[in-house]
Order: sequence, then C-alpha cells, then structure tokens
Amino acid sequence: MAAVLDVRHLSIAFPRATPVPDLSFTIEEGETLALVGESGSGKSLTALALMRLLPRNARLGEASRILFSGRNIAQLPEPEMRRLRGRDMAMIFQEPMTSLNPVMTVGRQVAEVLELHEGLSRRAARKRATELLDLVRIPEAHRRLDAYPHQFSGGQRQRVMIAVAIAAHPRLLIADEPTTALDVTIQAQILELLDQLRRDLSMALLLITHDLGVVAQWADRVIALYAGHKVEEARPQLLFGTPAHPYTQGLLAASPRLRADYHYSDGPLIEIPGSIVSAVGEKGCPFAPRCPVARATCRTAMPPLLPQGDGHFVACPVTTLREAPHGHSVGL
Amino acid sequence: MHQFLRLSRVLVRALIHAVPTVIGIVILDFFLLRLAPGDAADVMAGESGAATEETMAALRSRFGLDLPALDQLLAYLSNLAHFSLGYSPRYNMPVSDLILQRLPSSLGLMGISLVLALVIGIALGVVMATQAGRWPDRLLSVLALLFYSVPSFWIGLMLIVLFSVKLGWLPSGGAGSIGTDATGLAALLDQARYMLLPALSLSLFYVAIYARLARAAMLEVRSQDFIRTARAKGLSPAAVTLRHALRNALLPVTTIAGVHLGGLMGGAVVVETVYSWPGLGRLAYEAVMSRDFTVLLGVLLLSSVLVILANVVVDLLQAWLDPRIEAAS
Repeated sequence: MAAVLDVRHLSIAFPRATPVPDLSFTIEEGETLALVGESGSGKSLTALALMRLLPRNARLGEASRILFSGRNIAQLPEPEMRRLRGRDMAMIFQEPMTSLNPVMTVGRQVAEVLELHEGLSRRAARKRATELLDLVRIPEAHRRLDAYPHQFSGGQRQRVMIAVAIAAHPRLLIADEPTTALDVTIQAQILELLDQLRRDLSMALLLITHDLGVVAQWADRVIALYAGHKVEEARPQLLFGTPAHPYTQGLLAASPRLRADYHYSDGPLIEIPGSIVSAVGEKGCPFAPRCPVARATCRTAMPPLLPQGDGHFVACPVTTLREAPHGHSVGL
Repeated sequence: MHQFLRLSRVLVRALIHAVPTVIGIVILDFFLLRLAPGDAADVMAGESGAATEETMAALRSRFGLDLPALDQLLAYLSNLAHFSLGYSPRYNMPVSDLILQRLPSSLGLMGISLVLALVIGIALGVVMATQAGRWPDRLLSVLALLFYSVPSFWIGLMLIVLFSVKLGWLPSGGAGSIGTDATGLAALLDQARYMLLPALSLSLFYVAIYARLARAAMLEVRSQDFIRTARAKGLSPAAVTLRHALRNALLPVTTIAGVHLGGLMGGAVVVETVYSWPGLGRLAYEAVMSRDFTVLLGVLLLSSVLVILANVVVDLLQAWLDPRIEAAS
C-alpha cells in the first residue's frame, strides 16, 4: 500500500523549547493510525504541523519533511497549502462546543467548504450540505441546515464538524481528540461514524487520543509518543499484548478499564511516578527520570527505535534485550 | 420567518421599557433646569435694556412662569400627553416647530458622523489587528490616541484652517449654499460639501474609540477555536477575517456605539457652534443662554427619545448579528 503521508524527521521548535525534536511515521491509504500520549507529548502539535497551522511562534525544523501523496508540503507556500487544507487533508478538533462559528448557520459552514474547493454555486452547495449532514446522521438535516451551532448538542456539533471535514473528500482526516469533550455513549457513536466514513470514502485517519480504550478498538496501528519522541509502534494487539517500552507498560498498567476481569475498586490504582515535565532538557531518553529500569546509558543518548519483528518498533534497549514481558491479559 | 419573529420580540420588549424611562427623564430634567438662576423673562428684560415690574409679571403670567413648580410640571406633562411640546417665550413659536426645523440637519450630521466613525474605526481596527505589533499597528495606535485626546472644537478649527482657509476646497460653515436652486444630485453634493468637515470633526474622537475597540475584539476573536476551524478549511486570511472574525468582533463595537449616540449629541453642540451648523445642538445652547426652558426641555426630551431609539436599533442589530441573543434572555 502507498503511504498517504510520510513524515520524516519532523521537528517543531518554539523560541524556548523543542516539544517535538525528531519524529518520523507514515500513514497508509485507508489506514487508521492512532497517536497516543499524555498531555504535553506533542501529539496535537504534530497534527497542527501536518496541516501547517502551527502557532506563529512555532517553527518547523529545516530537515522536516512532510510527504503528502509523495509531495513535500513542509515548506509549501501558504497559498498552495490553502488549496490542500480542507480539500485533500482535513481536521476536526477536540472542542466541538467552540470549533464552529457561533454566528453562522451550520449549513453555511458546511457549504463554505464546497463553494471554496468544489466550486459549487451557493444553491448546489446548500443541497450538498444537506446530504452531508444526512450522511453524518443529523436528524432532519434539511430543517437543521439554517440552525445555529448553539442549537446543537455537543455530539451533533462534532458531527457537523465531521461533515465540514469530509465535504471535499479528503484523503487524510486528522481527528485531534475528537471525543474527549463528549459523553462516553456519544464517543462510541462518533468513532463509529468516523470509522465508517473512513471505509466508505477510503480516507486515511490519523486519530489523536490519550484514551487507550479508543485505540484498542479503532486503530490499525498505534504510535506511543513521549515528550515528542516515538517510544513504541505496533498493531494494537501487539502493543496491548506485549508492551515493550517501560512507558507503554506503565501506561497500560495505569489503565484499569482495559482489563476485562478487573474493576478499579479491586485494588489501588497504579500510576507512573513523576511527570512529563521531567523530560524537559533531558539529553537521553526523555522517560529516563521516571523509568524503573533506566540505566546510566539511557541518560546520555536517546535509544534508537529498533524493529522487534511483526511491525513492532521499540525505543528501549533495556526491556528489549530480555524477552518481551508477557502476562498482560488485555480484553480486546 | 423565525428570524423576523425573533427580531420583533426584541422590538416590542424595548418599546415597553421606553415609556417609563422617557417620563422619568422628563421629570428629572424639569427639576434640574430649575436649579439654574433666572428665567426667560429675566433674559428678555435684560436684552431689551429696561423693564418694569409690571411687564415682567405680565410676561411671567403669560407663559405660566409665575406658577408653583409642581403646577408648571403638571402643565408640561399635560401638554406632552396632548403631543405638544409647549410654546417658546423667546422665539414666540411652538417648540415642536422649532425643533422640527432643526432636527433634520442635526440628525443628518449625527448619522453621517456615526456612520463615518463606525466605518473608518472598524476598518482601522481590523487593519491594526491583522498587523498587531508591527509598525502599521503602532502608527495607527498613536494616531488613534491623538484623535482621542484632542478636543473636537480644536480639530474643527484646524480642519477649517486647512481645507477652507489654506486650500479653499470646502466651505467653513453653514449647511448649504445660499441662493442656489440646485435640485437632485447637485443639491445633495452641495450639502455633502458642507457636511464633510463638521461630520469629520465630530467623528474623529469616535473613530479612535471604535478603532481601539475593534482591534481588541478582533484580537480576542482571532484566538478562538472556530477561527482555527476556518483556517483548516483552507480559507484565505481575508475570508477568515471578514467572514468569520469580523462579525463576531462587531458585537462589542455596536454595544458601545449605541451608548455613544447620546454623547454624540453633546459633541454636536460644540461642532455645530464652530461650523455655525443650524442644528439642535446650537438650539439647545441658545436655549440655555436665554433660559428658554421649554425649548431646552423639548430638546432634552427629543434627545432622550433618540438615545432610546438608538438602543433599540442596537438591540435589533445585535439580535441580528448574534443568533444566541433571544428576546427571553
């Protein structure tokens, strides 16, 4: 399969910090890739970098390459980038409550994309917008077209956002924590909708989340980020079955609801000691200050990401020297 | 249809609030004006050079100035209830005729000034916001501060010096060329020439306010999530600014603009005097000087009605701009 997106040596720097120093990954056509990590791991920044919507004071590193359908868009001039945004690559955001313009009808907000990228007339765009709202299962779409965002619930607003995003048939849809702000029951519906649209429209989906349950259920492949570094990459079954990086292991151990036979009241909740802030200025592995098995060498250089077979990559020399630990019974 | 219903609800609610407000203002104004020493009879007597006790008493009794204050108030209110604004002892004509004579030119001046102030102010604010921190923003900020702090009569005088005296492009005062029988477009152009300088001097202060306000509102809106959504759609910066940011930023500006209509009236007194513009502001000024309180009360009543109407317009405008504003809220 061809890669829709091939990111190489992506680095994002602010005047005082470099939250993403060097990140490479690919997304295949029609694939769902999950980017997981805690707050501050650089996952949202990465998403914004792909859309080239980083804050003004952030800079992409010189060596960063973002190959979108084989074309490097890392340094693409803004006018050309605008032709890609919303048409070939689209994005939905975490806060459906504030991501829609409060003074514009939802119909206009969907139709706007169609007029811009598909060159539809106002009338045709309106008709197509109705179909799109129908597609994302807004009940009575033709009647709701002239309603304003405040008249919609959070879940419905996220559906509208999805309609805006898929309006021009993008090849890549980036969903930045699309369900974090929603009720658990709505979360499943939205993810199911995204997954179905991904299949029907043959888009690739970059799913950014910190919810391991979401990853386990919906992703084809998972990348665990820690402080902007890829620490582990695998299919979900492998990652949850035999997590190899101490961070991923800690993350899974701290997620009681992934284990079917376990209830959070059965015993004390487990946490990873320390905080991601300790990664700031760390020369070697950013996780070393919190790592239970760290060695002196971990603190001098970032361990390379090494293949473990079967598409499993791990950036930890300590745990991968031994047999990968077993015994995590994950209810997948 | 839904939109229309929503707006008409806003309108009805505003009008119901307006009636007690106007009555309260009239009563308050009436007693405030009585605090000033002297009355119309004093001034008229003073101007004629000499007057006997008898003529003064005759004057006072003719215009009801000798009645107790409360009776005068009741008489005035009863006049109002009959849609009459009373009679001016000084001009010797009904106050409503006096005001109607002056109203169009004053409304024209105020309206044009407010529109000028809003259009120029918002445009400058948008430019400042998009250039925030760079030299065009700094330059315009200094300019806005200048307009804000220089009094309008001085700006008026300087504009006269530049455009009327030195360049000779525009007339220095009045409201139209005397003795022309121009009609249609020519007459309109002639009036516009007379209107330009007073309107400009009246509006510059407000241009400064709206520019700063629009700048701040635009900067705040620009950091909102839906602006990021608009950019993620692939819209050009101009489309993001004008279609998505501006309409949201207009809300705080319209609120303030409604409040300003009253202040504009006060500014008009000064500017109308500088440009000898035959408006209500000058009428009010002359009425104060001649203690012609019936006229002054009429002008004050009218301006309070204008302010209330302006607020209704602002309410409607906001309901139209922001669908979240409902009559019930």
